Amino acid sequence: MTTDAATAPSSLLSGQGRGLVDRFGDRALYLITLLAAILSGVILGGITYEVFKLAGSAISKFGLGFLTTSNWDPVHEQFGAAQFIYGTAVSSFGALLIATPLSIAIALFLTELAPRRSRTPIAVLVELLAGVPSVILGLWGILVLGPFLNDTVEPALHAALGWIPLFGGTYSPVGLFPAMVILTIMTVPIVSSLTREVFATVPPSAKEGALALGGTRWDMMTTTVLPYSRPGIIAAVMLGLWRAVGEAIAVTQVIGGAPGIHANIFIPAQTMASQIAAQYQGASPLNQSALGYLAVVLLILSLVFNGVARLLVRGVQRRAKVS
Amino acid sequence: MDYEPSDVTVVDRKDEITSRIPRPAEAPAPASPPQQSSETPASGLERMHATRHIRLEDLHAYYGSNHAVKGVNLSFEPGKVTAIIGPSGCGKSTMVRCVNRMHEEIPGARSQGRVLLDDVDLRGPGVDVVAVRRFVGMVFQKANPFPTMSIFDNVAAGLRFTGTPRDEITDRVNAALEAAGLWDEVEGRLSEPGMSLSGGQQQRLCIARALAVEPAVLLMDEPCSALDPVATLKIEELIGQLKQRVTIAVVTHNMQQAGRVADTTAFMLSGELVEVGPTEKMFTNPDDERTEQYVTGKFG
Ligand SMILES: Nc1ncnc2c1ncn2[C@@H]1O[C@H](COP(=O)(O)OP(=O)(O)OP(=O)(O)O)[C@@H](O)[C@H]1O
Ligand SMILES: [Mg+2]
Repeated sequence: MTTDAATAPSSLLSGQGRGLVDRFGDRALYLITLLAAILSGVILGGITYEVFKLAGSAISKFGLGFLTTSNWDPVHEQFGAAQFIYGTAVSSFGALLIATPLSIAIALFLTELAPRRSRTPIAVLVELLAGVPSVILGLWGILVLGPFLNDTVEPALHAALGWIPLFGGTYSPVGLFPAMVILTIMTVPIVSSLTREVFATVPPSAKEGALALGGTRWDMMTTTVLPYSRPGIIAAVMLGLWRAVGEAIAVTQVIGGAPGIHANIFIPAQTMASQIAAQYQGASPLNQSALGYLAVVLLILSLVFNGVARLLVRGVQRRAKVS
Repeated sequence: MDYEPSDVTVVDRKDEITSRIPRPAEAPAPASPPQQSSETPASGLERMHATRHIRLEDLHAYYGSNHAVKGVNLSFEPGKVTAIIGPSGCGKSTMVRCVNRMHEEIPGARSQGRVLLDDVDLRGPGVDVVAVRRFVGMVFQKANPFPTMSIFDNVAAGLRFTGTPRDEITDRVNAALEAAGLWDEVEGRLSEPGMSLSGGQQQRLCIARALAVEPAVLLMDEPCSALDPVATLKIEELIGQLKQRVTIAVVTHNMQQAGRVADTTAFMLSGELVEVGPTEKMFTNPDDERTEQYVTGKFG
């Protein structure tokens, strides 16, 4: 280097010695990523706008009463969402009722109990389940799961718990119950892998404390791991709920698509998402608008579940950093 | 609370250790009428069994291929405090963690040799690890109360593990808090989170938690290293009071502390036990040159 003292600082500052990509790479990367971030915001805003626009005439015509009335009559152009809200609520909560304990059990097994070598393979297997396209899961639901539930599980449940109206005496290979089971299969991988991550934030020193005190592994889990993870588990379940509420394809395939609110979960029903998926093509403008209204409800529910879950996750992360 | 051997109801729980039953029953006193416990509120620690002798024989410990403890022979005498000193990484923690078998909780870790509690080999076949840890309590370097539990529940946790009857728990929690010198500071706020206490109080909470299950042996791994001098002094006083009832081993980096609390001091160096003897002698006139150098601060 033979730069004289006067030019050295200016050439350093202008960066002329560096190549073009080298000089502008960082800035370009920044712009590209900024653009991507803005774009996703714009798309979310656009979708929300479109959905609300579509729903406009139904919202002004039916108001909030839409949520509490349950007739869906395209011929007389009368629309109410209660039956679909009921279908969504029962199928999603039912699925989470099964999926939550199952997911916690899987996560506990994988973080605390399973032999170390087998942990990763099993975890990968469980997560692969999340990769099965929902339409294929739905197909399996039609071909295998539905008939099996109809012939075996539903009669058994009715025999054991038939005094509860949920487990009524009429069976069908399609309906709320198969939808619940399909949604369970779809949510378990998500909820269990999130729960596993939550368990990983439990301070090892606290777990050692329980063991050193003469606690069994079970004692350690119930006194340390589970209580400490509670907010995180709730977040994981909320995200699972978000997934279940929004799932359309597989549910449409197995739920039967019948109107009405029935206590019996063994007979066909319909959810908001599957109603939108099943009916939109070729519907009248007001009918489409009513479906748009359903979509608005679905969107709000999804955002709420997702938002609450994220807040909880942030709380957990902050606490994990503190301790 | 002065210690009188003749007053102590010695509960012989040797059988429990060798049984594989995961939840050893508490002292066999189901026939006692329930009102008895209210007549003798401090029943908890008075029922503590006599102190026990711990003897390590040719103890080796490994982390994978790392040979961390290399054939240690050492005794923790009843009624005495044994201090374990040595430079960082010499295997002090590893050695004491072999005694309550916490060492084996670490993936890839294993150990060899004998750890005798009186004449029972704690590492022997048929010995239930959960029972071992109920006999051999442990206090860690960093206070680790159960993060979600109240002060009361922290101390009661171990009692609940053993299935102690509800009506006994309150008395024993109070007695343990008393024994750990924490009672006066937490009285009236037992339902507050354990985490709301100061660092020194949390450490004494952990000591109370360990004492509540009435261990025969208490292992303390640098219990004061995160504490200020006042809190340290409190714990040292506590060690002095407890040693009559519990056999105590203290790992420490602090020579003065070893000098203040320990009757016997053991010096370790790169996984080996260099020398063990009366604390007084170890600090003034040790046999081994390396001990001399270490205690006078010439290396380490
Ligand atoms: N969890 C672990 N995994 C692998 N190796 C470990 C682990 N813990 C300790 N070791 C190794 O074992 C040896 C002894 O460590 P140990 O913690 O027993 O030392 P120490 O005397 O307690 O040190 P300190 O005074 O710093 O606490 C060291 O070489 C250390 O690197
Ligand atoms: Mg250590």
